[in-house]
Amino acid sequence: MLDNNLKNSPQLIVGNLSVVYPGVKAVANVSFSLAKGATLGIAGESGSGKSTIALALMKLIAPPGRITSGEIIFDGKNLLKLSDAEMVRVRGAKISMIFQDPFTSLNPVFTVGEQIAEAVRLHQGLGRAAAWAAAVKRLEAVHIKEAERRAHDYPHQFSGGMRQRVMIAMALACRPQLLIADEPTTALDTTIQLEIIQLLKEVQAEFNLSVIFITHNFGIVKAFCRDVLVINKGSVVETGPVAAVLSRPQSSYTRKLLDALRIINRE
Amino acid sequence: MRKYFIKRLLQLIPLLIGISLISFFVMHLAPGDPTALFIDPNVRPEELARVRANWGLDQPVYIQYFLWLKNACLLDFGQSYTTGQPVIYEIAQRLPVTLLLMVPAFLITLLITIPVGVISAVRKGSWFDNTVTFLSFTGMAMPTFWLGLMLMLLFSVKLHWFPAVGNLILPLLTMTLGNLAGLTRYQRSAMLEVLGQDFIRAARAKGLPERVVIFKHALRNALIPIVTILGLSLPDLFGGAFIIETIFAWPGMGRLGVQSIFQRDYPVIMGIVMFSALLIVIANLLADLGYSLVDPRIRYGKE
Repeated sequence: MLDNNLKNSPQLIVGNLSVVYPGVKAVANVSFSLAKGATLGIAGESGSGKSTIALALMKLIAPPGRITSGEIIFDGKNLLKLSDAEMVRVRGAKISMIFQDPFTSLNPVFTVGEQIAEAVRLHQGLGRAAAWAAAVKRLEAVHIKEAERRAHDYPHQFSGGMRQRVMIAMALACRPQLLIADEPTTALDTTIQLEIIQLLKEVQAEFNLSVIFITHNFGIVKAFCRDVLVINKGSVVETGPVAAVLSRPQSSYTRKLLDALRIINRE
Repeated sequence: MRKYFIKRLLQLIPLLIGISLISFFVMHLAPGDPTALFIDPNVRPEELARVRANWGLDQPVYIQYFLWLKNACLLDFGQSYTTGQPVIYEIAQRLPVTLLLMVPAFLITLLITIPVGVISAVRKGSWFDNTVTFLSFTGMAMPTFWLGLMLMLLFSVKLHWFPAVGNLILPLLTMTLGNLAGLTRYQRSAMLEVLGQDFIRAARAKGLPERVVIFKHALRNALIPIVTILGLSLPDLFGGAFIIETIFAWPGMGRLGVQSIFQRDYPVIMGIVMFSALLIVIANLLADLGYSLVDPRIRYGKE
């Protein structure tokens, strides 16, 4: 089996990735790798380029931005060499993504059940009824009560935390191997943030997911990730196991971020 | 929902009374007299006075209005001064002729507007989009009467493709082109706005092919403002019919309206005004209904 061959090699290798928007180099020569089932935090301030890295991994950089160099090897294949049609079969099926704002990331005119089921129909070729049943099952997996009934509801009928649960159910719909979570808790209330983090941990184990967690919050990195990549102005300033980076930060930028966090925590 | 629409229908009553009040008095403010038709040395003053009394024109205007309103409540809109036929009959005869022009114009506009607006938005800045933008602005800058006359000049007078009057093609073309320009712009900008939304990126992220992203996720949202605009543009369509039918001598309600105004045929003018008002209000109600069908966030009457 392919899985056995790849067991010991990293699931994702990103090499010298650069993304350019007109006049701005948003991401410059970023390299990192991710083992199967591992959790990597990508930390940095807003505008540091961390979300751009996430979109680049999905090849969803909107023009006029574009990926100018590098390679993204996922499951042994360079995603940058895939055609648009081949990439469509990777997105959602093998690599999924959840976004910062669950209020705007769900389509207001379709039921949540439909928004989960459509991906299942397309990627797994299931019929309407079977795909709907799969959608309900995913909603149950993210602990939405009365999932069967709630699947018929529209996004505006859910609270913020519930919508993020729906987004997670949608991301898990086709059993992907890698989940990219782009600031998934930033738009939520503090108490809800914790619930979502716990839910992500739970589904990571249940679905055997590798996770890339993008955040500006070192507290979340500490709670959730094994390794961390610190990004500033589109470049990697520091990388390593979270415990090591937090206790002995090597770069001045990381120290500055950590100091800021400590001051906030003290107050 | 049903309660909401019944309420809306009941609100029609004061609205229609208001419309009738204003149009009746404005109509009587305009100079001229229906009996001017009889200005003829052979008509004796007594005869003229008898006709005026017969039509109620010897009464003060407000009495005339109340008489009209009383009869209108019984669906009696009087008789045309010129033909002597009941107004209802006159309108019933002309309405299908107008609809023969309006319905295809409306459908053709929709059939062209939606795909052209969508493609323009998706291929923003392409030669297709630039051409469409140029044509829309040109179209919007042209008044209907001028466009109608120019089309007539080109296709009838110069090329002899169609007869200048009594043919469906040219008035249909004029009406469609006039509506097309503005609506295509609306569809394009509605679509552009939706394409920038987060849920479009999320739809791509779950691996939906571009075709599904555009025609399912984006278009469905972009139709919401279009349904509203369509409801609001129906009065334009009606107003346009007055001009276009007159230019092309199309024997519909618009032309009847213009003729009645020139002849001060008060009962017919009032009949047409009331009938158009009713149609427009109903069209708006249907637009509201359509709105709630395309947007699940809107459920009328649920506070």
